[in-house]
Amino acid sequence: MPEIQLSLDGMPLPARPGQTVGAALTDAGISAWRTTRNEGRPRGLFCGIGICFDCLLVVDGVPNQRACLTPVRDGMTLDTGCAPGGPETPTQGGGAA
Amino acid sequence: MRFDVAIVGAGPAGLAAAVNAAESGLTVVLVDAGTQPGGQFWRHPDEAAAAAAGTTVGESDGHHDWKRFADLRARLYALEDKGAVEYWRNTQVWLIEPGTSATTLRLTPTVAHDSHAPEVVTARHIILCPGGYDRQLPIPGWDLPGVMAAGGVQALLKGNRTAAGTVAVVGGTGPFLLPVATGLATAGVKVAAICEANSPTGWLKNLRGAVQAPEKGPEGLEYAAALAKHRIPYRVRTAVTAIHGNDKVEAVTIAKLAADGSVLPGTGRRVPCDLVALGWGFTAQLELVLAAGAETAVDVDDSLIAVVDERLRSSVPGVSVAGEATGVGGAAMAVVEGELAALCVAAEAGQSSAGNATLGGRIAKLQRNRERLRAFAVAMHRANPVPARWHSWLTPETVVCRCEEVSYGSLCDAHTELGAQDARSLKSFARPGMGWCQGRVCGFATASIAADFAGCPTSADDLRSMAKRTLAAPVTLGQLAALTPAIPTPCNPDEGL
Repeated sequence: MPEIQLSLDGMPLPARPGQTVGAALTDAGISAWRTTRNEGRPRGLFCGIGICFDCLLVVDGVPNQRACLTPVRDGMTLDTGCAPGGPETPTQGGGAA
Repeated sequence: MRFDVAIVGAGPAGLAAAVNAAESGLTVVLVDAGTQPGGQFWRHPDEAAAAAAGTTVGESDGHHDWKRFADLRARLYALEDKGAVEYWRNTQVWLIEPGTSATTLRLTPTVAHDSHAPEVVTARHIILCPGGYDRQLPIPGWDLPGVMAAGGVQALLKGNRTAAGTVAVVGGTGPFLLPVATGLATAGVKVAAICEANSPTGWLKNLRGAVQAPEKGPEGLEYAAALAKHRIPYRVRTAVTAIHGNDKVEAVTIAKLAADGSVLPGTGRRVPCDLVALGWGFTAQLELVLAAGAETAVDVDDSLIAVVDERLRSSVPGVSVAGEATGVGGAAMAVVEGELAALCVAAEAGQSSAGNATLGGRIAKLQRNRERLRAFAVAMHRANPVPARWHSWLTPETVVCRCEEVSYGSLCDAHTELGAQDARSLKSFARPGMGWCQGRVCGFATASIAADFAGCPTSADDLRSMAKRTLAAPVTLGQLAALTPAIPTPCNPDEGL
């Protein structure tokens, strides 16, 4: 199948049509693209099916997208947002006790 | 937009429900988070990409019961083409509001930009088919990249043909570990070990339930042959008790377990690997069931599930539940339940092209099938319990809540120093379950830890307090703000303050 091209933090990332962003990153040997807010620990795919929100990244400028669910598209830009103020601000809030 | 039935989820249960409801003459909307039908069990490569490349060969690779899916999918697409089913892909329900004559669902795209569904839909009946996901137990080092849920590893294989590593250890309990391990091996990954915490002799104690599903026999033999072919060691009464590495997985410690699930001293050994796939049975997705206000209970596998009657109606009028959310039982049972829920709604609506006598007969047959498959599921759950003493593998530093990075030590402190006696107070004092995933991943573990502190079995209250979510999916503040006029106010504004 012909490859398509994405960019990850400005670097080229090849992908196969029909893949998810998470799969394309995994195929490229990348297992982490986010760091945690408190301890700065690396995170990537964990649940792989949209449950855990560990694999968040910025897709075409939209923050907090799940890599495991997002289909690749030619020319898509991905940003890890590892810099302070990156994708770690939930809008669904906390206290649902 | 208003329908007779809205079905949430296009996995085995939801697909069967949608197809049968529409074929009975009901107006149907099917809402699903995925881009194509199948759910987790029948996840398969992107249909559009395969069609563009001119090949759907290999679509069913690694699947069981694919013919059943192909039939349901063909019927769904035919119904969609003639306008008998509205099928909204890439759409999640974030709020459910049951009313007297209809229930309202509020919708949001799963992936930004890509949904064509409206923001609100109402239906006289709702059939919730939310499915489930891998249940997890925290293990020292489980937050390292390269550690994944077994189902996530499987999703990469089945949906993307992507192997998440080169040397894998698969661990946890239950028959699902087998297809994950053989799937990896078929994809060229070396599977260094399957660690099954229980022992197959557990089946002997539950023979009566197990023999109710003879179709599972050949499946078991098939896996045994695959394990032999790929030389995959299947280690029973063994668990992955620690995961090692700095910024990614480098090795695991596997150890033999005593009958109570504690580690047998001196049995630990290190196994190098770059992928760990973990699964301890499944957790039903209950946020919509709970948000609807439906009754829940603890199942034999310690999962929180929806309470339903023999027609799969929940305690909330107009809301039925089918599939894993009524008790984890696998895809075959989910298909039976989806059809059963749909036909019961059709019978209630007095609407069936098949005629009511035929419909009644079919419903009775499905109910008998469900009983049989449920007996098998119960036997499976009893043979594969979560080890009672799993907490003893934890260190104070072990992360329990991945989102808020809450350690086991801080939960212990919340108990010993702040007096937290249940999951709700652990959550208030130490914040497990309050991050992005809202307790979906750590909910079971936190409830189990709370029960261990209190010295009693895991309770429905503990599980419920970790499973209740205000919103079933993350939404933007704009979506929340737009909602305000629709929320019923406690007092009538006309009466003044």
